[in-house]
Amino acid sequence: MWEHLLRRLVASAGTLVIVALAVFFVLSVVPGDPARVIVGPEADPAAYRLARERLDLDRPWPARLVRWMGGLVTGSWGTSLTYDRPVAPLVAGGLTVTAPLAALALLLASALAFPLGVAAAKRPGSWLDLGTVGLAQLGTALPEFWLGILLVGFVSVRHGLLPASGFPGWESPRALLHLVLPAVALALPRAAYLARMVRAALADVLSHDYIRGARAKGVSERRLVWQHGLRNALVPVVTTAGLTMARLLAGAMVIENVFGLPGVGRLALVAVQARDLPLLAGLATTVAALIVLVSLLVDLSYGLLDPRLRHR
Amino acid sequence: MRGHIGLRVGAACLALALLPVLLGIFWVPHTPNVPGPDRLAPPSTRYPMGTDWFGRDTLSRVMVGGRTSLGVAALAVLVGGLVGTALGGWAGYVGGVREEIAMRLVDTLLAFPAVLAALLLAAIWGPGLPGVATALALFNVPFFARIARAGFAALMQREFVSAARALGADGTQIVRRHVLPNLASPLLVQATVSSAAALLAEASLSYLGLGVQPPNPAWGRMLREAQGFFSLSPWPALFPGVTLALAVLGLNLIGDGIRDLLDPTFRRLTRLRPW
Repeated sequence: MWEHLLRRLVASAGTLVIVALAVFFVLSVVPGDPARVIVGPEADPAAYRLARERLDLDRPWPARLVRWMGGLVTGSWGTSLTYDRPVAPLVAGGLTVTAPLAALALLLASALAFPLGVAAAKRPGSWLDLGTVGLAQLGTALPEFWLGILLVGFVSVRHGLLPASGFPGWESPRALLHLVLPAVALALPRAAYLARMVRAALADVLSHDYIRGARAKGVSERRLVWQHGLRNALVPVVTTAGLTMARLLAGAMVIENVFGLPGVGRLALVAVQARDLPLLAGLATTVAALIVLVSLLVDLSYGLLDPRLRHR
Repeated sequence: MRGHIGLRVGAACLALALLPVLLGIFWVPHTPNVPGPDRLAPPSTRYPMGTDWFGRDTLSRVMVGGRTSLGVAALAVLVGGLVGTALGGWAGYVGGVREEIAMRLVDTLLAFPAVLAALLLAAIWGPGLPGVATALALFNVPFFARIARAGFAALMQREFVSAARALGADGTQIVRRHVLPNLASPLLVQATVSSAAALLAEASLSYLGLGVQPPNPAWGRMLREAQGFFSLSPWPALFPGVTLALAVLGLNLIGDGIRDLLDPTFRRLTRLRPW
């Protein structure tokens, strides 16, 4: 167990280094001159030189690589060109929107998926089961940004029920309301997929002999399903949940642009449009690192879910 | 094949979405990119899907835009699938440290969802199809690489491979005659399901404005343009989304159907789905 844990930690650290290197190399092989793009073709030579200096373009790339990797560790991630502020606090500010949005969506998706998946798995072949499977197929086929557009159109604009776009900041008491529609749009396709996984895994577990044994022993149906069954069905479900989390973060980055939320996805699009490479580098590294960390956590959770793995 | 409802429904959905796109190669009812006189018209016999803010016929744009959306998705799955299969297969074949390094690099790709990779590429190449197609292809590599690696590693241990080797077959022959045919069905299933995911991802990217540039249509791009006028007319935001969802639903159902039919033993393994 401990050896496995240590090996996973080292491997994840290695992946993080490769992620940082990859972001640097993609953004450093820019064909063309980002400084020229920023100041414009007819800018004053002094302004152009200043832009080059700010982007650190005059030094050879190995020197910049050392500085980039060093900066990531010490927290000096450079200065954003569009916002004229240090990158690290900007990224952190974006995360205060993106992370709660993704968490809310995950919560909603689980709240929908588990009851539906469990109900379907209890009676395979029933109408409830077929309905869940059909709905789940339909749900996974819906692009979340389209759901977002439809939700804004029908719920906010037509009926004025919930705010359609923007974010007032966490100081505002209405802040959470602004995350509801985006989270619903993000959660529905995820819920559909998760429900399928729960149904498949639980139906498989419930067909085992020890479930029949427990039933014969007189364990109540509720305990049988939720404790004996679901507990054992969780390992395959959590495995896919790891991929789902990556998908959720990526989806959040798109959804933020539907609802005008100032999260990392919105910032990244602004950075791309303005060729704000320092900001984009910081955002991309952060998001990729988050995904690596989530998959590490999923991996470590197997030990909690399955005691057999703890003694290996 | 008979009686598999999912496969039939899936084929019907996909056909319904593909038909206008294929027809659009030869004929479109109106010019897709030229503004017309009837703005935001509801569906009618003249404009079966209505028109957008510029008076352009939505049906014509769905027909032409689908070519971009489907083409980019198909290209990305083809290239990503070939690269992933080759890389994963090689890793499973050679084993050892080289396998470890190759799979570690592949896992790193999982940390870059298509949106993130596309944003990075758009920053250096500018928004456009090359960046989107590359990002989607890269995004597909790990799923195929994992299947190919696991398949190669398992199959190379099998008796029939040892037998072939004892009979004097070289590495190329073993891979071509004995290993790849056994991997065909899981790879085919993955390709179908990956196409659905790539189609969805392409739509999000073109929604963000990273893909095809105006005035050219793509399904995601059309939804972006329709969003601003939703309160005036919901129709332009409806039909491209419905067509997209039909295509994705069809591909998913077909993928699940083929898997059930081709290889009952594979049903047990958790299939990697890119979402």
